Parts: sequence; structure tokens; C-alpha cells
Amino acid sequence: MSQPLVETTGLTAHYGDAQALYGIDFRLMPGELLAIIGANGAGKSTFLKSLTGLVPVQREAVRFQGQAIGGLPPGEIVRRGLAMVPEGRRLFPSLSVEENLLMGGLAQRPGPWNLKRLYGLFPILEEKRRHPSGALSGGQQQMVAIGRALMSNPKVLLCDELSLGLAPIVIREIYAALPTLTAEGMSIVVVEQDVSLAQAVSQRVYCFQEGRVSLEGDSRQLSREQISQAYFGI
Amino acid sequence: MFEVLLQGLLLGGLYCLFAQGLSVMFGVMRLTNIAQGDFIVMAAFAAIALSATISANVAGSIGALAAVALTAALLLPLSFGLGYLLQRRVLNRTLGKDPLPSLVVTFGLSIVIQNALQELFSADPRSLPTDGLNTRSFELAGLNIGVLPLLIFVAALACTAALQQLFARSALGRSFRAVSDDRDIAQLMGLDANRVFALATGLAFVLIALAGLFQGMRTTVAPADGPMLLIFAFEAVIIGGMGSFWGTFVGAAVLGVTQQIGFTVDPGWGLWFGHLVFLAVLVVRPQGLFPKTRG
Repeated sequence: MSQPLVETTGLTAHYGDAQALYGIDFRLMPGELLAIIGANGAGKSTFLKSLTGLVPVQREAVRFQGQAIGGLPPGEIVRRGLAMVPEGRRLFPSLSVEENLLMGGLAQRPGPWNLKRLYGLFPILEEKRRHPSGALSGGQQQMVAIGRALMSNPKVLLCDELSLGLAPIVIREIYAALPTLTAEGMSIVVVEQDVSLAQAVSQRVYCFQEGRVSLEGDSRQLSREQISQAYFGI
Repeated sequence: MFEVLLQGLLLGGLYCLFAQGLSVMFGVMRLTNIAQGDFIVMAAFAAIALSATISANVAGSIGALAAVALTAALLLPLSFGLGYLLQRRVLNRTLGKDPLPSLVVTFGLSIVIQNALQELFSADPRSLPTDGLNTRSFELAGLNIGVLPLLIFVAALACTAALQQLFARSALGRSFRAVSDDRDIAQLMGLDANRVFALATGLAFVLIALAGLFQGMRTTVAPADGPMLLIFAFEAVIIGGMGSFWGTFVGAAVLGVTQQIGFTVDPGWGLWFGHLVFLAVLVVRPQGLFPKTRG
């Protein structure tokens, strides 16, 4: 079995005095599309933030390609190859679509992704490249957020709540782009509240409950009952 | 009447230079620099001291204007360095959701600078020797135009255009806007926000140095002048609209023209007229004349 690309061991995280994660053990393999599901407040977003340096964690608790990266500055982590699509898109409103995408390229990692290739993946963005990012629809903004992360040519793409607030047809369009990325060897983690969508697109699922992993397994083999119990704790 | 408008517009050029540094720091870091006026006065005193040293050492072989040019060549990069270090070592620690720490620290700096200048230079007003440039003028279409005020106005216009271009078109400007929009996400892209903030303050201090240099050439400066200059800078920024460089330019021009009209009505009414227009804008259009619209 090959070495995990991202691995956490006993990962804990706090917001001030409040503990948000309690000893998360997690593995992401190369080329894998993995989903994290769980109710609001289960710790899914905190987990992604702790992988990318936005939440302070212990150095040894997070390993990327075998190296301890926990608590490194976010810029250093993105330069090593982990990029995040944050919850709620969080585009830079005073920047145009193209300027937002160029911000993603600041990490200057070598790789196939550039503006031309991105516009091939999401042609609407080329049409709207000079528009202020705030003037786009929610789905188009999500494409910019994904594109911005891809511009750093990451090995791992962490997507937080891609489908939040989007129409089903737009969600399908966005999720349809992900297999293209894994086919090229990129690993993807999607945090998703829609359980059936998460199961349909991913190979493996982690379910979080109150800051702990309550279930982990092959997406196709987990039953609805198992997931319900792990998701709601009932 | 044209004469009054013209003199007011030219005065607005100086106020624009007072205000643009404030506009840069607020625009990028949401930091209100209470010591802005005192830094301008400090720059003016630094220019006076540097110019005197240069003149004394080069012993009359160059004129006062050449000494001023040499002073500017030294002062502008030094000011950039001072701004960079001040942000990196002090002001970055005050940034956060609460604006109070940065207000308190810059207020403290204001007091320290005023007292240090008084200790070093005494309370006497001083000015920068300019070989009479500050009194030279020419006539155009029946209007009397001062050479130095025109020079200051052109410099303000050029600085505003350059700032607008830098922020709108360059990679550095993109970084300034990105950290201002969302510091966390900008860092997630690989930006070092503390360094970007330091560069912004360095840039603001170049503008402060230029404002100090011109203020020292145009009139006399005294260590306690800072708060009055801060008020002019504030008024220009508020009238024009926060975060817009052309807005600040127009705000400064409006302030200059209004003050000039006041001075014409009664020599004691100039500043008061300026304050009235500032208050009127605050009441009628608190977002300013040209607010920067964010998505």
C-alpha cells in the first residue's frame, strides 16, 4: 500500500478555550476523491482549516508527503501543494475575476494549471474575466474559487461546502469538473452536507460528529443506517 | 472670483498630499493614523535639518534649491524605510477586528513626536530655504499663479494618478486590495500580509515625506502643527470618500477652495468655512462625494 499523501494523527484544535477537534486520525491517498460529511458544528471546516494553517495545531499532528506541516503559515502550506476552496467562496470583492485567479498563482508552483487551461475548464469565466467577482452568480463565483485554488497547481485540493447555496444543476456542473482533476493525479477532499451527493462523487467517506470521526469507509459500501447513526448519533 | 478658485485649488493640492498617506493606510489596513500630521511635521523638520547639513558641507557650491533636491533624494527612501519598519515592528501588532489599539498607539506616537521635536528643535517655527521659490509667481490670462503652489498641485495630481495606477494595474496593488478584502484568504494564497502591510505604510510614508518637504518649503512649521494638518487630511478624505484616491484629490480641492473663499470674506473665516463644508458633507452625504464601492 502506498504512503498517504495527507495524514493526521490524534489531531486536536481549539478556538480559544473551546475545543473543536478531538484526536482526528485521517488519511488521504494519492489520486483519491474523499468526502467529509457531518452536521453543522461537527468540526469539518475546522479540520480543513487546521490542514491549511488557518487554525493553529501541533506540528507533528499533520503530515503531508511524510513531512510534519501542522501549524506552518498558510502561505508555506500552499507552496508545498495544499490548496483550499473556502466555505462561502470568499472571493476578493474588489478584484476582477481574472485578478482573483491570478492571486491563486502567487504560490508559483510549477504545473499544468494556468489561466488558459482554467478558461478551458470553465469557459464562462473567460467571458467574464474583467467583471468584478461580486457581480457573478453563486455558481460562477464557486468556479472562480475552485479556479483560484487550482492556479497554485496543488497536489491536494480541499473544498469546503462546494454546493452551499447553489442550484442543483450548478452543483452537478461543478462536481462534474472534479473527476478531470483526480484523473491527473490530484487528490481532493470535499466537505459536504448533502450525504447522498457526497457518497455519489467520492471513493471514501469520513463522517464527523462533535469534533470526532464517527465513521469511515468505502462510499459504496456504507449503508444509509450506518451513515444516519454516525451523522446524527442516534 | 477666478483668482480665489485658482488659489483654493492650488491649496487643495497641498491638502491632497497631506491626505493621500492617510488614505493608503486606511484603504489597505483599515488603520487610522492619528499621528499623520505629526509625521508630516517630523518629515519637514528632517528635511530642514538635512538641507542645512548638505548646504553646510557643500559650502555654497550648490544653491538652496539643489540642496532641497538632494534632501528629497535622501528623505523619500529613508521615509519608506521608516514606514516599513514602523508597520513591521509596531503597527502590525495593533491590527485586528478592534480598531482601538491602533488608534491608541498612533495617538501615543503623536504625543511622542511633538515632544521630541520640541526638545530637538525648540518650539520656534522654521522653514526650508528655497532661494525665493516660495514667493515667485507668474501671470497667466490676468491671473497671478505662484510657482511653488503650482508645483505642489502638479505633484499631488501626479501622486494621485500614480497611486490609482499602482492599485488598479500592478501586482503589488492587487496584493494591497486582496489583503484589505480578506487577510486570511490572501495568506492562504501565499501572501505575507505583514509584509504587504509594511510595504503599504512605506508607500504612505513616501507621501508623508513629500507633504512635509512641500509644507516646509511653502511656509513655516512648528512642532505643534501636526494636529491641524491631521484635521485637514481627515477633512479631505471624508469629503472625498474613504478609500478612493481621486475622491481624496477632489475632497482636498473642495476643502482648499472653501477655505480660500472664507479667507476672502474675512481673514479669520477660512479654516472655519472648511470645517463647515466638512460637517455639511458628514450630515448630507456621510459616505463622501466619491466613496469606493465594494462588492
